[in-house]
Amino acid sequence: MPVSDFEVVIGLEVHAQLLTRSKIFCGCSTAFGGAPNTHVCPVCLGLPGVLPVLNRRVVELAVRTGLALGCAVRPKSVFARKNYFYPDLPKGYQISQYELPICEGGAVELALDGVEKRVRLTRIHMEEDAGKNVHDVSADGSSGVDLNRAGVPLLEIVSEPDLRSAEEAVEYLKTLRAILIALGVNDGNMQEGSLRCDANVSVRRRGATAYGTRCEIKNMNSFRFLKQAIEFEVRRQVERVEEGGAVVQETRLFDPDRGETRSMRSKEEAHDYRYFPEPDLPPVIVDPALVERIREELPELPRARAARYQRELGLSAYDAGLLVADPAHADWFDAALAAAGAGAEHAKRLANWLNGDLARLANETGLAPSAWKLAPAQLAAILRLVEAGTIGGPGAKQVLEEVFRTGADPEAVVRAKGLAQVSDEGAIEAAVDKVLAASPGEVEKYRGGKKNLMGFFVGQVMKEMRGKGNPAVVNALLGKKLGD
Amino acid sequence: MSGPAPELVDLGLREAGEAIQARRASSAELTEAALARIAATDGRLGAFLAVAPERAREAARAADARAAAGGRRSPIDGVPVAVKDLFLTRGVPTTAGSRILEGYLPPYDATVVERLEAAGAVLVGKLNMDEFAMGSSTENSAYKPCRNPWDLDRTPGGSSGGSAAAVAARQVHGTLGTDTGGSIREPASFCGVVGVKPTYGRVSRYGVIAFASSLDQVGPLARDVGDAAVLLRTIAGHDPRDLTSSTRPVDDYLAGLEGGAKGLRIGVPREWFQGGVDRGVEERVRAALALYERQGARLVEITLPHSKYGIGAYYLIAPAEASSNLARYDGVRFGLRAKGAAGLKEMYTETRARGFGPEPKRRIMLGTYALSSGYYDAYYLRAQKVRTLIRRDFDEAFSRCDVVAGPVAPSVAFRLGERTDDPLHMYLADIFTITCNLAALPGLSVPCGLEAGSGLPVGLQLVGRSFDEVTLFRAARALERELGPPPRPRGV
Repeated sequence: MPVSDFEVVIGLEVHAQLLTRSKIFCGCSTAFGGAPNTHVCPVCLGLPGVLPVLNRRVVELAVRTGLALGCAVRPKSVFARKNYFYPDLPKGYQISQYELPICEGGAVELALDGVEKRVRLTRIHMEEDAGKNVHDVSADGSSGVDLNRAGVPLLEIVSEPDLRSAEEAVEYLKTLRAILIALGVNDGNMQEGSLRCDANVSVRRRGATAYGTRCEIKNMNSFRFLKQAIEFEVRRQVERVEEGGAVVQETRLFDPDRGETRSMRSKEEAHDYRYFPEPDLPPVIVDPALVERIREELPELPRARAARYQRELGLSAYDAGLLVADPAHADWFDAALAAAGAGAEHAKRLANWLNGDLARLANETGLAPSAWKLAPAQLAAILRLVEAGTIGGPGAKQVLEEVFRTGADPEAVVRAKGLAQVSDEGAIEAAVDKVLAASPGEVEKYRGGKKNLMGFFVGQVMKEMRGKGNPAVVNALLGKKLGD
Repeated sequence: MSGPAPELVDLGLREAGEAIQARRASSAELTEAALARIAATDGRLGAFLAVAPERAREAARAADARAAAGGRRSPIDGVPVAVKDLFLTRGVPTTAGSRILEGYLPPYDATVVERLEAAGAVLVGKLNMDEFAMGSSTENSAYKPCRNPWDLDRTPGGSSGGSAAAVAARQVHGTLGTDTGGSIREPASFCGVVGVKPTYGRVSRYGVIAFASSLDQVGPLARDVGDAAVLLRTIAGHDPRDLTSSTRPVDDYLAGLEGGAKGLRIGVPREWFQGGVDRGVEERVRAALALYERQGARLVEITLPHSKYGIGAYYLIAPAEASSNLARYDGVRFGLRAKGAAGLKEMYTETRARGFGPEPKRRIMLGTYALSSGYYDAYYLRAQKVRTLIRRDFDEAFSRCDVVAGPVAPSVAFRLGERTDDPLHMYLADIFTITCNLAALPGLSVPCGLEAGSGLPVGLQLVGRSFDEVTLFRAARALERELGPPPRPRGV
């Protein structure tokens, strides 16, 4: 029985690190990458006698996220202790929320291949991150614990099992990521772990109403790994069912090197977290006035922005979608458009640059728009040089790369590299004559009816002119000489 | 009795402060007297787990300099005090009476320690206690038992046994303890001193090693009511580092202290006088009630119908919270770590098996069970409901009375070893004190005479309305004024 006879059911638990300066229960810095155990204090080290003090900013960001995703915000939510032993968990429990989370319900709206889909959310809750174990740090083979991350605030966003394929899961995570970045609550950096997800995956025969037994998959820190992990897991589960076996409920770890998931702990070994309300923290009371204030301050969300780009600027759904996937790109686009002078024609061209060559350069260098040496106004200037006929397509590409690399003035780059287009008929005619004289056979065939040789002639002339000939003039002169 | 300057150690907390103010004694003299008294008596008494003479002498010198400059910080500036070993003290060993924290030097001071020192009090050391405050006799100390200064064969009560014994034995002029189910009031009763468990949230818990977070409260032990009031006023008040501490202003506990008992409505719970209390204890308690009546107070019979579920609820909630609070003692970051363990799991189990004594282990197991999936609703959640009902009983009672009065414990101080093989019998020592913690109300133990025959002190328990420590102090003082302070304990 093929995989297509099965329906895949997926729910995601996304952990998003909140963009606060200090940790959730103490004043320590949340900065990434400090020397081990330098962003710590008695509270986040879990020393005897310490008590947590809630960072109000965390509550505000949780409410903002909940409102943007259409959740109901609980006026009174409660922190709970999740108890388990692990060296990276200093207190032996994680302060999280359990029975009464800050947000419930809501949904993420996404579009995949033009099909709209609404993925319902179960809940959003606030919690503290754990530290991390560091292995092989010393000669004796002992391990260390770095608690810089312990106490960094997280939102856990739990979806209903509404996703039906690995592609949908990836699209859901992309859409959610763009929303979180637009809200300013998360930086979207999956590599550094500030956005992570676990997937609950099960399969069932098409038409079945009951869910199959699910496995929870952990450790997927990129879209590609999420897709790989789910696809592997689906194949594994389908094979198991086809063999007449049963899927065993367990937690599985994704191994990115081998592209597969493997068992981490079975249901029997699963922790009993012994949740109970955190006695050191009073319930979190969210004032309705605060909710209203945060609602009024909500920024334009990616989907609304993409719709506006299509409606007002005539961008394609594809281009608009790419731009808003990262709000920093969209902001950069807005700035370039302002510099170029608004208009559908400019918008289309700028979007092409941003989603094309510029996206490639950004990818290659790993730089975010804020770190680009190329300013929005400089892209607008390059666009003007093209429109004025000063440079052609290939020249523009070279200018873009140079300005991206150095931040130099585009016109200066054109001059320095001699990239200006030649439109002078005399110079072009000389090149045309030279090419035609050197290719008598081709001229013969062209005149005999092989009109598609025009491309060959244009190429030769451009080569002769080292790419700088104005294509319109070259075409016109060739046509005239060849007797069209 | 040995040791120099006995007259100095006999001074109460406020008296010692007044002596410094009047230049009749220096803080240095008082501190040396306290250190000498500790040196002379503690080998037999066992009240201290750590003495910090250098820190004390330095503090005393600073206090004397302030006194000389006319800039004393408070009426207790320069007066020697000590605190239970559950309070973190920077650079002074803090063990919670447990091997698992042997040699632990905290990097910070508990808020209450900061406040004592900000007032100029001289911290001379750390006091013995039941391991992690779990116990009613201080016999669960992993280091040594503490003894009762009235009779060295008897326990001082617990878990703040060292705090009660030290203040009764004239080692220091005042101490701090903690009370989760009676751990200040029971030892205060056994040692003939005043002990106060304030309203939950009145005193910061920051820097106090947690036993049961929703029940733990810090309070003073002193030789008289006024001294206890001064100590509580020194340490009480909101602490931004403890979100469960109240922002309510702290009352002036001394202002109405001498107001007397006239017109006071004293609630007498029927359930607290239905047997189970030793005759000699009940005699003294009833005599105290009669004294109040003669002073113009009115006795009102009240009922606390759910108090019989108190012990049951307490021994689910407190162990549940403790099982979580004690998880951090895992050998990873501080304290004991078992050597030579083969792997992580073995390191955990070995460290905790060796580091914790039998009582913490018992309570960790009880609490872990009570919180387990499938049992939570039947145990922990139900216990929390009992808690609500007990609080309602008191709310109802306080519509008809101003304070509730009764015994602190069913007996006077019991002998060492008498109950160590019978944990349930030991747990019953807290039967009258536990409800007050469950209801988050203030409670106090004030000496009400010596038991006929044994000649050992008996305490009267007073429970007040939420944050009404003022009335508790006034009522306790009215009794104290009639009875006079207990004599100096004869054991040391």
